[in-house]
Amino acid sequence: MVDPVIASRLQFALTTIVHIIFPVVSMGLAPFLLYFTWKDIRTGNPVYEQLRRFWTRIFAVSFVVGTVTGIVLEFEFGTNFAAFATTAGPLFGGPLAVEGMMAFMLEATFLGVFVYGRERVGDVLYMISAVAVGLGTWLSAVWILIANSWMQNPRGFEMVTRNGQQVVHLTDPIAAYLNPRFFWMFVHMQNAAVESVALAVSGLAAYFVFRHHVWDNPVDHPEFWETTLKIGLVALLISAPLQVLHGDMYARHVYETQPQKFAAMEAVWETDSYVPEYLFAVPTSVSDILDPRAKEIFGIGIPGGASWLASGGDPQATIRGLEEFEGPQPPVAIVFWSFRIMVALGFWFVLLAFWGGYRWFRGELLEDDLLHKALMASSPLGVVAVEVGWVVTEVGRQPWIIQGVMKTSSGVSPGLTGAEATATLAGFAALYLGLLALYGYVVARLIRAGPPTGADLVTTESAESTTGVGADD
Amino acid sequence: MTSVDTLSSGPLFGLPLPDLWFALLFFIFGTFLFLDGFDFGVGVLFATREDDAEREQFLAAIGPFWDGNEVWLVVFGGAMFAAFPAVYANLFSRNYLLMFAILGALILRGLAPEMYEQRHDERWQRWWGRSFVAGSLATPFFLGMFTANWLLGSTSLVTPAGVLVGLTVVALTVVDGVAFLRLKTRGDLRDDLRTDGYRALVAYLMLVVATLAALYGLTPGLRASMRSSAVVGLVAATLVLAAAYAVATHRDRYYAAFVAAAGLVFALVAVVATLLYPSVDPAAGLTVEAAIVPTLSLNLMSIGAALLLPLVFAYFVVLYSAFSGPIEAGETY
Ligand code: HDD
Ligand code: HEM
Ligand code: HEM
Repeated sequence: MVDPVIASRLQFALTTIVHIIFPVVSMGLAPFLLYFTWKDIRTGNPVYEQLRRFWTRIFAVSFVVGTVTGIVLEFEFGTNFAAFATTAGPLFGGPLAVEGMMAFMLEATFLGVFVYGRERVGDVLYMISAVAVGLGTWLSAVWILIANSWMQNPRGFEMVTRNGQQVVHLTDPIAAYLNPRFFWMFVHMQNAAVESVALAVSGLAAYFVFRHHVWDNPVDHPEFWETTLKIGLVALLISAPLQVLHGDMYARHVYETQPQKFAAMEAVWETDSYVPEYLFAVPTSVSDILDPRAKEIFGIGIPGGASWLASGGDPQATIRGLEEFEGPQPPVAIVFWSFRIMVALGFWFVLLAFWGGYRWFRGELLEDDLLHKALMASSPLGVVAVEVGWVVTEVGRQPWIIQGVMKTSSGVSPGLTGAEATATLAGFAALYLGLLALYGYVVARLIRAGPPTGADLVTTESAESTTGVGADD
Repeated sequence: MTSVDTLSSGPLFGLPLPDLWFALLFFIFGTFLFLDGFDFGVGVLFATREDDAEREQFLAAIGPFWDGNEVWLVVFGGAMFAAFPAVYANLFSRNYLLMFAILGALILRGLAPEMYEQRHDERWQRWWGRSFVAGSLATPFFLGMFTANWLLGSTSLVTPAGVLVGLTVVALTVVDGVAFLRLKTRGDLRDDLRTDGYRALVAYLMLVVATLAALYGLTPGLRASMRSSAVVGLVAATLVLAAAYAVATHRDRYYAAFVAAAGLVFALVAVVATLLYPSVDPAAGLTVEAAIVPTLSLNLMSIGAALLLPLVFAYFVVLYSAFSGPIEAGETY
């Protein structure tokens, strides 16, 4: 029997780590779908219709899984973190309610039109529905991140005793909801979603281009995949450098608002100046892995880099070490290594983007098999970076559920028993494993079926019915 | 910050906002139960059809709608969290396993149609068809149990009253599902469904009577409010609406039957709300006044809801009019 606090934390971790995959796919795909729909309507060029229909199917499947996993998260605030929900509710519940009304409603209703309605509605309404779906996914992020940023950097409230419990009392909505933290989170998260999808899309396209041009194993519609590869690369060229840029600025904000978390991210124990940022930290013993201490780990780093991050440009700046903070520390190893992985991946994606851009510029995009392989291998790594980034954010916030205000251990539902929490945790572990396998299987089938073909494109009406979402071939 | 001061000083325009939010919460719940209710009903009726083409039509009928309908449940949770956080926390954690049963059933129901369409071999479709039926049956059943536990302040998960209310809600969703399917189908299928409608209606009425009798007998604390004119009126309205549903179904007045089904759902939800008020969570001893969020949060939420809910209704109008009328030949899920 797992302790209810541990089981609830593990369950929340598991269920969000699975959930975020699908919003990343839908938020990241949204701008691509908008572009394809616009070009399809404006130019009538069949390649854009192919692109639109192919990616819409994948979007639709991801959306369904995103929906069913999302509701679980919302309920978990009540089921597992009831004390947190009672305490934070007067401030924290609002954004969730508005998210439902403003974002999910917009997305879920217009998705019906967008996926099923091409033949039923005119071009204008169809384009509007594409915009509404995209806007809906992005607005979901706005409101959920407003809620989360308040947990990281709580402002605009006072604590009041009500019905015998300490409750957050909203006093300044602007301070609470227009948190500077929200700004960084939103920019960094949304760009991460676009970058992740750009990586996934170009990796997939690279596979077909590789098969066709290098492997000499011709595929149907090579031009479809070549266009896809180029579109993916353009998106990567824009998003990858930006991600590293605002990641740096975001880190400074973290240092200002959560210095203990920042120290854990860098595994700095003693307060120090001129602290390096290790891009590659090479653990030489097990204790380096389980109990990393920046001073003792061998690494290749930027001298003064961490100081530079914390201060926003001064390599000499002092960083407050973990030893300065009383009480329990966040699990430094998880936070430190997750942060290393995110940063290393961030730089790798920039490199990959420039490499692809250079080959394209030289007209060698279709022949460079090493590039194709690198793109293929990197296609899932954007999502990996998102996951570890969130682990830094959420695990680094421990032991607080609301930074500096409420401990995670006091946020868990008081009546929850170990047996109940363990039962649902085990249930989710099994269920979500199955869910991920199923999602992978279905998406793989859709990819194997390829873009809709020539005959379908002419008579769309009958084509939707035989090769619409989930057709068999 | 004068605007914040105004917003903190008292309820907007002196409105009885706590009571309005109580009503709104149940209105949202009713909307969910009516809209997603017909999806559940279609899922239950799916079990009665063997023919591939008919099954495809059932799935195609709900295809564009179910996701939007389900969001009403998300909004119900969000609204309760925002307006009555302590109720949200108490109710959800007290019914811990039941909440996850609802979630599991919803996952099954949500995935099944999408998966059903992915492959057209028999075994695959048989299993996903079963999952669809199971999820569509279990969700309203557990929701009914949840509602009974909420109303009765029950601390044990499974109670006789809970099981009765669960079955009542299942029957109601089938009544609703038939009305919806008769709008979306044609010909023989549409005629056949009429019988399903009558049967479900009779089952629903019998279950309502049984539930009312059980509540009256088992919970002395509710007797007075059950005799109140509001509850008696709502029960009478249910009988009138049931008659209207039967007549409309008989005469093929599809929209009228659908509206009558909506009326039945809202009447049931209104009964629950009436019996509960002025408490919102009897088990935790919380009344509307005690559980409502402080004024500033309440006013902001009210402004948000007043601006957003009309928009939401507009989206639903767009969606339902884009896909109005029977499904066309060849349209699939
Ligand atoms: C494609 C994904 C991706 C990539 C390449 C990067 N990040 Fe990131 N990062 C995320 C995806 C992400 C994220 C998952 O989206 C997070 C979690 C919360 C958030 O807002 O964004 C995040 C959080 C996050 C945080 C905040 C942690 C907290 O809130 O406590 C910092 C300081 C950075 N990142 C910094 C960087 C730097 C310096 C990067 C590059 C050199 C970088 N990130 C690349
Ligand atoms: C979708 C991306 C997210 C991921 C991958 C993620 C990941 C995690 C992880 C790993 C934990 C466990 C931390 C621990 O207990 O050691 C956690 C806890 C938690 N997160 Fe997140 N999180 C995400 C987004 C959010 C958002 C948007 C919110 C709030 C609006 C949120 C609220 C919470 C809460 C309440 C807990 C439980 C309490 C705690 O452990 O501190 N998370 N999350
Ligand atoms: C841990 C806190 C979270 C909660 C409580 C939560 C809640 C939900 C809920 C209830 C849904 C279903 C809505 C529907 O029925 O359509 C959903 C879907 C969604 N969520 Fe989350 N979510 C969380 C984290 C996140 C994060 C961090 C993001 C992105 C920044 C995100 C973005 C989305 C999006 C875009 C959808 C739409 C479905 C999709 O496109 O896949 N969510 N979420």
